[in-house]
Amino acid sequence: MQASDRFNINSQLEHLQAKYVGTGHADLNRFEWAVNIQRDSYASYIGHYPMLAYFSVAENESVGRERYNFMQKMLLPCGLPPEREDD
Amino acid sequence: MDVDMEIQKTKEERQKMEDLAALTSLTFDTDLYSSNKFDGYDQSIPVNDDDDAFDATENEIAKKMASFTAPKQFFKEPLRTGDDDEMSGFKQPGKIIDREDDYRRRRLNRIISPERNDPFLDKTPGPEVRTYADVMREEALKRKEEDVKREIAKKKEEEAAVKEKAKEREAEKPKKRNRWDVSQDENRGDKKAKAGSDWDLPDSTPGIARWDATPTPGRIGDATPSISRKNRWDETPTPGRLNDSDATPAAGGATPGATPAGMTWDATPKLAGLATPTPKRQRSRWDETPATVGSATPMGGATPAAAFTPGVTPVGAIDIATPTPNAIMRNAAMTPEQYNLMRWEKDIEERNRPLTDEELDAIFPKEGYKILEPPASYVPIRTPARKLLATPTPMSTPLYSIPEENRGQQFDVPKELPGGLPMMKPEDYQYFGALLNEEDEEVLSPEEQKERKIMKLLLKVKNGTPPQRKTALRQLTDKAREFGAGPLFNRILPLLMQPTLEDQERHLLVKVIDRVLYKLDELVRPYVHKILVVIEPLLIDEDYYARVEGREIISNLSKAAGLATMIAAMRPDIDNIDEYVRNTTARAFSVVASALGIPALLPFLKAVCQSKKSWQARHTGIKIVQQIAILIGCAVLPHLRSLVEIIEHGLNDENQKVRTITALSLAALAEASAPYGIESFDSVLKPLWKGIRSHRGKVLAAFLKAIGFIIPLMDAIYASYYTKEVMIILIREFQSPDEEMKKIVLKVVKQCVSTEGVEADYIRNDILPEFFRNFWVRRMALDRRNYRQLVETTVEIANKVGVADIVGRIVEDLKDESEPYRRMVMETIEKVVANLGASDIDARLEELLIDGILYAFQEQTSDDANVMLNGFGAVVNSLGQRVKPYLPQICGTIKWRLNNKSAKVRQQAADLISRIAVVMKQCGEEQLMGHLGVVLYEYLGEEYPEVLGSILGALKAIVNVIGMTKMTPPIKDLLPRLTPILKNRHEKVQENCIDLVGRIADRGAEFVPAREWMRICFELLEMLKAHKKGIRRATVNTFGYIAKAIGPQDVLATLLNNLKVQERQNRVCTTVAIAIVAETCSPFTVLPALMNEYRVPELNVQNGVLKSLSFLFEYIGEMGKDYIYAVTPLLEDALMDRDLVHRQTAASAVKHMALGVAGLGCEDALVHLLNYVWPNIFETSPHVINAVMEAVEGMRVALGASVILNYCLQGLFHPARKVREVYWKIYNSLYIGAQDALVSAYPILEDEGNNSFSRPELHMFV
Repeated sequence: MQASDRFNINSQLEHLQAKYVGTGHADLNRFEWAVNIQRDSYASYIGHYPMLAYFSVAENESVGRERYNFMQKMLLPCGLPPEREDD
Repeated sequence: MDVDMEIQKTKEERQKMEDLAALTSLTFDTDLYSSNKFDGYDQSIPVNDDDDAFDATENEIAKKMASFTAPKQFFKEPLRTGDDDEMSGFKQPGKIIDREDDYRRRRLNRIISPERNDPFLDKTPGPEVRTYADVMREEALKRKEEDVKREIAKKKEEEAAVKEKAKEREAEKPKKRNRWDVSQDENRGDKKAKAGSDWDLPDSTPGIARWDATPTPGRIGDATPSISRKNRWDETPTPGRLNDSDATPAAGGATPGATPAGMTWDATPKLAGLATPTPKRQRSRWDETPATVGSATPMGGATPAAAFTPGVTPVGAIDIATPTPNAIMRNAAMTPEQYNLMRWEKDIEERNRPLTDEELDAIFPKEGYKILEPPASYVPIRTPARKLLATPTPMSTPLYSIPEENRGQQFDVPKELPGGLPMMKPEDYQYFGALLNEEDEEVLSPEEQKERKIMKLLLKVKNGTPPQRKTALRQLTDKAREFGAGPLFNRILPLLMQPTLEDQERHLLVKVIDRVLYKLDELVRPYVHKILVVIEPLLIDEDYYARVEGREIISNLSKAAGLATMIAAMRPDIDNIDEYVRNTTARAFSVVASALGIPALLPFLKAVCQSKKSWQARHTGIKIVQQIAILIGCAVLPHLRSLVEIIEHGLNDENQKVRTITALSLAALAEASAPYGIESFDSVLKPLWKGIRSHRGKVLAAFLKAIGFIIPLMDAIYASYYTKEVMIILIREFQSPDEEMKKIVLKVVKQCVSTEGVEADYIRNDILPEFFRNFWVRRMALDRRNYRQLVETTVEIANKVGVADIVGRIVEDLKDESEPYRRMVMETIEKVVANLGASDIDARLEELLIDGILYAFQEQTSDDANVMLNGFGAVVNSLGQRVKPYLPQICGTIKWRLNNKSAKVRQQAADLISRIAVVMKQCGEEQLMGHLGVVLYEYLGEEYPEVLGSILGALKAIVNVIGMTKMTPPIKDLLPRLTPILKNRHEKVQENCIDLVGRIADRGAEFVPAREWMRICFELLEMLKAHKKGIRRATVNTFGYIAKAIGPQDVLATLLNNLKVQERQNRVCTTVAIAIVAETCSPFTVLPALMNEYRVPELNVQNGVLKSLSFLFEYIGEMGKDYIYAVTPLLEDALMDRDLVHRQTAASAVKHMALGVAGLGCEDALVHLLNYVWPNIFETSPHVINAVMEAVEGMRVALGASVILNYCLQGLFHPARKVREVYWKIYNSLYIGAQDALVSAYPILEDEGNNSFSRPELHMFV
């Protein structure tokens, strides 16, 4: 990378992206990415009322219960993180 | 001998030349001058103007100096204006002290105080540490001393007065009264107050005392040329002038021969004399040398006695002339300025020393030359001073010998510092000199080593390159606690007091302090006052950023040291005898308040404002409140009541200054809290309104100001009541001769009048008569600030009482004999009429108004701000159809003025037409407008570009209003006349001309033959070079209009040819024009030719085509869906090209295309193109990768996020990090752009050990 490139918008792009929760980077592992996917999914279900209604019909639960469940699942959606081998 | 003959001949020729040059006799060389005296004259006048473009001055000089030549720039040089250098781009870094006024320079009077005890440490301070009590005692002592001095002075004065009186009585004669009497009889009270105020100032030391006070050691007071003592020698420090500056008085005195006049002629051989008829301002170098030698010698340490003995050549002086930096170091008395001068002058001397006989012998070959006798008229130099000029004989043989390289030699540039330190400026030696001694670091004590380390780092920060600076700054920050506060601040703060400090250096040092503060935290406590002394002046710096920086430092300082320490450090300064110190301290306190919160400071402020001991303390306390209000604005609201309560008693203070500042503080508080918080001011209303009845002069002005700011906060009823109360006083003060009072009164009137509860009738009856009688006088127009304030106030009054009242009162003054006054009247009328319209103006007033405006417009002699023009335009436009009867008269005036000698008048007349064209149309005066059009048309030959621009603007206005068909002269005559004007390079002309041509092309293209339009097309290409964006934009739009009018083929051919030109801006504009043509004439008319052009095997052309396509698809948007399949093969090719720019431009074309056709069913083509774009994601060039990323983003919009996600998935966990990085970057922008849409497209991940990654919800089915 040239010295002049260090300050242009492209190098900042990654920095800008990193400000958002849920974005990834080259060192992200499968587990972390999966967690992001899960949380995004639940957030999306909660955000779209028709989806929530559909799930509640399918599961025979109230919409509120369903929303609560999804929110609870957003904590540790994939279980505890695996032990890191390299460190 | 042939040499002799040659010489003889040359001599004769020269004799002839000299005779000619002397012009004493009329001898003609017939071989040179023929008898025909018209020879050499032009027999005819050149057809075009190009030939006689000449520089008048150059010609003049050329005529006079035909006999010799020199590079042209030297002729022009003396003609340049002096300030030229300031125009040459960037400003040189300036010293701070150069732009400071005397008041600000008082910062140098302050002394960096020794550190103080930190009471928060758990130990009793030793006797050597200064505690708060010590400082307070010292301050008290100083005050007492001041008091005693004042007493003494007073007593002396009284004694003198008594003596004077006694004398007078003795004389018993009616004598002229001197100033002692005056103070005795009339102004006793005033005088006393004034004496008191004078004593506050530190300037009791007469003259320029600031150098004495500088806390930097080792400076000679007089050596530095001070700014205030600017004489002509200071202006340009040419080395030759050194003997006149006070730096070397001895040498200056010893050169009696320094009279420059006539010297040139007797000192130099005749030939050289002939060749230098120097203009007066250009100093001949011959004048300089004696002074140089004279002054340089004593400095080097030579015995001047020998040098000044007449007739003795100062042999050996040359040996000691090189001052090494070490010599400078030893010679501590030398200032940097002197040093620079010396260095420079030595350089000049070296270069300009005359050649000796020996040297000439060595240079010339022995054969073919003869040494001549000096002419009989030659007189050798006799004056002793000139003798000094004689070249010192070098002691070695004059023949050239290859000099032995002396590696240890120290040239007069400061020597390279050890360890890669940056250059040291001469003025830095006293601070960083220790770094030059290359002692072994080992032998130093740890303390000294630390000091050296700090010095090195600071020098790097101050003078180093940006990377050096950065690392040094980081090291200083990191090791701050290790270095300790004492050593750090003892090095940094004196640097900040350096008189030669520049803005940039100060900024860097202040930054160091800021960083170090964070690290040191509570360790700074003993140094708070020291730091404040250095930083406080920043708070009143004229540079906004310096003020902000100062505030930041003080706010960080107060956070680090804590409120108690800050108060303890600043408390003694609050009643300092120096007003400067009190002022800056007040400002610093306001910063502390904003940093630590007002409530924390309130108890202290309360105590200070009620101080019984000195009025200075009360004054400063109240001033702190004022500064708080100014600094934090509406954030004072929660504390408003307590702040007002703290200061309210100041309104009745015994000291006049305290009363004044209290009122000003109330004004600031009211201004900051507007429009809320009136209830907090309840308690001060009474004293304020009482005060305006009992006070006079400055105090009254301050009280009125406070009232002016408080009234707008009030409810309507109260506002009306209080306005009436204050108005009596205001009306009385209308007559005040004091300028400051006038401004305040005007401001208060404005504030009162604009308040809701004040009725129009009241204003009309009670205020207006007096207001106009006192303020609408000629004198008010002379001062810029008065002028503005009066206009503003009058406009505000007009908003209440209506147009007719105000305009009716001042309309007569449009015919006043004073022009500035007329201008003020005009500006007021303009603003009033523009605000409120002209419907109130009755027929009589209307007549008067037009009459007055015409008079004022015609009589103006100078008007740079276009006040008259704007006024005329505003009035005519607001009167609308009612101006119809006056239009013939107005047009007559305009026509007459269009023919005026002065360019400015012509320009204004033309501008006026463009302002009133719309109204003329409203009045149905189309015939008149046609007539004006013809007149303007006739003036298109105008030579002043500014005027020509205005004329074109006027024509444009007329064309716009009356339309193409009715225009006279007819469009078919007008346009050919405009074609050549398009060549004009003046911006204003270009802009107006292209606008007019564009207008005609848009609306009336059919009146002009196609050939003419083609001709214009060629001219337009040139205009694409214009600097102004507006011109380029108008040009490309015009291409569109023309293409629409005459069909795109010809225009397109022209434009495509233009893609071959070299200039980038031109090509870019051409591509835009092509895109616009395509947009206006439908893309199918353009695309075939455009795509065909891509086959030209030329980089620029192909890129131009691609860029056109990019713009084209940007402009046509949805229409692109019909063309996307047509251009896909071309884009395929471009996206596979070797050339980066091809791929970049094609990618941006793909982006626009994708964005345009999103949702229109072109996914097949887009996916195809995406496959060509995708491999480019690994590009590194910034522009290319940018374009590619945007193309991918465009595809996301058009194809949906899931498609792109599927492209991404292959690389997110690629084994190569470089690949992963790029893919994650794309994934992230995808994720940010369409997070929600991705949910359904994420891949199914296998569970792993304890972790479950499945998302069962999406599989649910009802």
